[in-house]
Amino acid sequence: MPKERADNVEYLIRGATLPDGTRSDILLAGGRVAELGSGLSRAGASPIDADGLVALPGLVDLHTHLREPGSEQSETVLTGSQAAARGGFTSVFAMANTSPVQDTAGVVEQVLALGEQAGYVTVQPIGAVTVGLAGRQLAELGAMAASRARVRVFSDDGSCVADPLIMRRALEYVKAFDGVIAQHAQDPRLTEKAQMNEGALSAELGLTGWPAVAEESIIARDVLLAEHVGSRLHVCHVSTAGSVDVIRWAKARGINVTAEVTPHHLLLTEELVVGYDARFKVNPPLRRREDVEALRAGLADGTIDIVATDHAPHPTEAKDCEWDAAANGMVGLESALSVVHASVVANGHLDWADVARVLSHTPARIGRLDGQGRRTEVGAPAELTLYDPSASRVFGTGDLSGKGVNSPYLAMTLPGRVQATFHQGYPTVLDGALLPAAEVAAARSEVGHG
Amino acid sequence: MARTVLTQADITRALTRISHEILESNRGPDNLVILGIPTRGVVLARRIFETIQRIEPSATDVRVGSLDVTLYRDDLSRTRTRTPAPTQVPGSIDGKTVVLVDDVLYSGRTIRAALDALGDHGRPSIVRLAVLVDRGHRELPIRADFVGKNLPSSTEERINLHLTETDGDEFVSIEGGNGA
Amino acid sequence: MRHLLSTKTISRDEAIVLLDIAEDMADVAGREVKKLPTLRGKTVVNLFFEDSTRTRISFEAAAKRLSADVINFSAKGSSVSKGESLKDTAQTLAAMGADGVVIRHHASGAPLVLAESGWIDAGIINAGDGTHEHPTQALLDAFTIRRRLHGAASRGRDLDGVTVTIVGDVLHSRVARSNLWLLTTLGAQVGFVAPPTLLPADTSAWPATFGFDLDAAIDAGPDVIMMLRIQAERMSASFFPNPREYARGWGLDDERFARLRADSIVMHPGPMNRGLEISSAAADSARSTVLEQVANGVSVRMAALYLLLSGDREDS
Repeated sequence: MPKERADNVEYLIRGATLPDGTRSDILLAGGRVAELGSGLSRAGASPIDADGLVALPGLVDLHTHLREPGSEQSETVLTGSQAAARGGFTSVFAMANTSPVQDTAGVVEQVLALGEQAGYVTVQPIGAVTVGLAGRQLAELGAMAASRARVRVFSDDGSCVADPLIMRRALEYVKAFDGVIAQHAQDPRLTEKAQMNEGALSAELGLTGWPAVAEESIIARDVLLAEHVGSRLHVCHVSTAGSVDVIRWAKARGINVTAEVTPHHLLLTEELVVGYDARFKVNPPLRRREDVEALRAGLADGTIDIVATDHAPHPTEAKDCEWDAAANGMVGLESALSVVHASVVANGHLDWADVARVLSHTPARIGRLDGQGRRTEVGAPAELTLYDPSASRVFGTGDLSGKGVNSPYLAMTLPGRVQATFHQGYPTVLDGALLPAAEVAAARSEVGHG
Repeated sequence: MARTVLTQADITRALTRISHEILESNRGPDNLVILGIPTRGVVLARRIFETIQRIEPSATDVRVGSLDVTLYRDDLSRTRTRTPAPTQVPGSIDGKTVVLVDDVLYSGRTIRAALDALGDHGRPSIVRLAVLVDRGHRELPIRADFVGKNLPSSTEERINLHLTETDGDEFVSIEGGNGA
Repeated sequence: MRHLLSTKTISRDEAIVLLDIAEDMADVAGREVKKLPTLRGKTVVNLFFEDSTRTRISFEAAAKRLSADVINFSAKGSSVSKGESLKDTAQTLAAMGADGVVIRHHASGAPLVLAESGWIDAGIINAGDGTHEHPTQALLDAFTIRRRLHGAASRGRDLDGVTVTIVGDVLHSRVARSNLWLLTTLGAQVGFVAPPTLLPADTSAWPATFGFDLDAAIDAGPDVIMMLRIQAERMSASFFPNPREYARGWGLDDERFARLRADSIVMHPGPMNRGLEISSAAADSARSTVLEQVANGVSVRMAALYLLLSGDREDS
């Protein structure tokens, strides 16, 4: 079997549309993009008809919750990797809020190893900023950076690094290894018991408000801290128009800040909370139509650098309950590209080259992840996603490959479909279907750990 | 095709006769409480009351009111929710002769409910029943004491009973079934 | 009516029908036998995830006057506090054959979740959910206002043109929300008066006026002034400096009560903090409807139970 696979490790993708709009065949061989051009031929290479499909560089998610170790009933590194591959991702950054928390070299190396074993995507662990995400004492950032996991992104996501002094120290400290602090911007006092966006609707529904200012004030503080210490700041899941303004101001001032927006904040609004359906409970919460418009505009003009999913799987019982008791979060890996398509491509805010930028090049660069987010050019690693933009489907649980079914898009019609995903030269998804774990693991061991 | 079985004049004559019969059986107007069952029974009760007052101008003790039975029905779970009509029982009914008045007597279930409702308002010494039309098909051992017209009908037939106060015109007709 | 979850979705006609039926139910209270056989054989569960003896006994009295069987399920100190979910509780009640569930819950929206979940097929009455709504309280308030204004001629009437000033912790008040929707649907004009910290941050979607000045509101001579209860936990959360300052600014004290229009109605949903949001003189005066509200609560809840639990459930 392995012998046969080695013979088949070449793929000739015919007639794909590159992000810049040009049409090209793509030969994947030896784990690289071996040739580009029209009318390519290669004996023994498996042909793939990509007529009408957009060939994007493998997508990179800077914000994924894989839940392992600790909450394997919600997701494992394997199932989360499968969800990622299904969504066209070839790499995910695994958030640190596991149990135990990814706050030591040992835990991040374990997550890294689980990702390698699964083989669907590159799993790049994120390290916690503070011990146990408690916000009081810096975690061993240097040890995590120096570990085999080479951690460069640090985040207490789920919690805000609220203490300004701890935040300052963290921003300063990670300069030693070119790290970045990814801040979950949420003032804890202003959001005590918060349940949804604070506004006219929260007033009507009687749900405690999560005011925009609780996000904006932390971002404002942090960009000033980043400027003061000359460090790099990344802002997770920006959700308000005011936050976009603050970041735009900071960038104009030359502050080294990057920002992400989630697909759901690009598409959905707080109106969905009206029925108290906990699938729409997420942190930061769904905001107003004006915020959605500002986020789209911010992504289009580069104020917001990337789209990141904040994929947050939960078991059924965590959502099948009253709103207050429900967990925050939505699964997002499998739907991300379609939602980006629907929210910012369909209306012309972004073209496919922009999509390649915000979902692949820039997140890899922010996370300092080698071998990911490269342009599709000869010699680049064979990390590729084939997307059919003409497809349309009613999104259902059959479209989900992770353990969580807490998708806000169930029963919604979404455009597009990921037809194939290639990671390190081998497919993880073909014809829209996930390849079996054993096959992927075998392919993975074939290409080795290089 | 609807067939008229009572005209307005027939209805007036029937109510006049019933009023006489009530007075006769009660041996005068004393202690009479006439309670109509909404909606048309209330109209009929008022007419009977007025007729009695004409017949016995000296009678001051006769009282009239309404008794809604919606909340006592035994078919509440089987039909659409009904909106109750007001009940107005004029004073105590203890020891009185209560005449219940309804438009059409059919299964008897409405009267069963009315008897239950009445019991919750007090303890009359006698309860009588007056109806404008008795169409048969009783499902309970109930009969009317005063009947305007016996109208044997099949269950497929429909009785239409209109009164000026509630419907703008006045007649009793029968339609549908094999006889139509 | 399938459920009673919110007053926002009740139409004027529906509200008037319910209030009229409540008049019929109130008449029953004046009879020799204060009981109706209407809901014989039906089971009503009082599912209380939050303590409220007043509301629970009001619903219990209402259900019993309609001859329903009543099961009180106090979720405090039961398996619920040990982590049993709303879903499991609901399915348990469904298995017991509950026809109606009266639910009081600390989470806004819990009654709606219960009604739409498919966990249970019973009629659901919201007896207060979080800081969202308390529809039967608003209905009994409307009923009380209508009776005070129109007396025996109340049937069929709305509250067109009636001015109602609601004072106090509007932000956290489900009573305020339910009254806002119901009273405006019935034609009344609602004004809220509160410290700015106790008004929602954005009230633009509320068809009401807002003010901070109780004295001005009193001088405007409203037909109704409704004082809301101040919860003890607000005092420690910096919504206002201390009870003394609150009472000075937003309490219906004797002086303000004296200045109130002579025929204004004084309402309070209870339980009252005498001396804080309302003075004893105001609470105990003839213009106060506090006790009428309690009595009317039973009639209105009887009407609600009747509308939900009689009739073919498939049909309604």
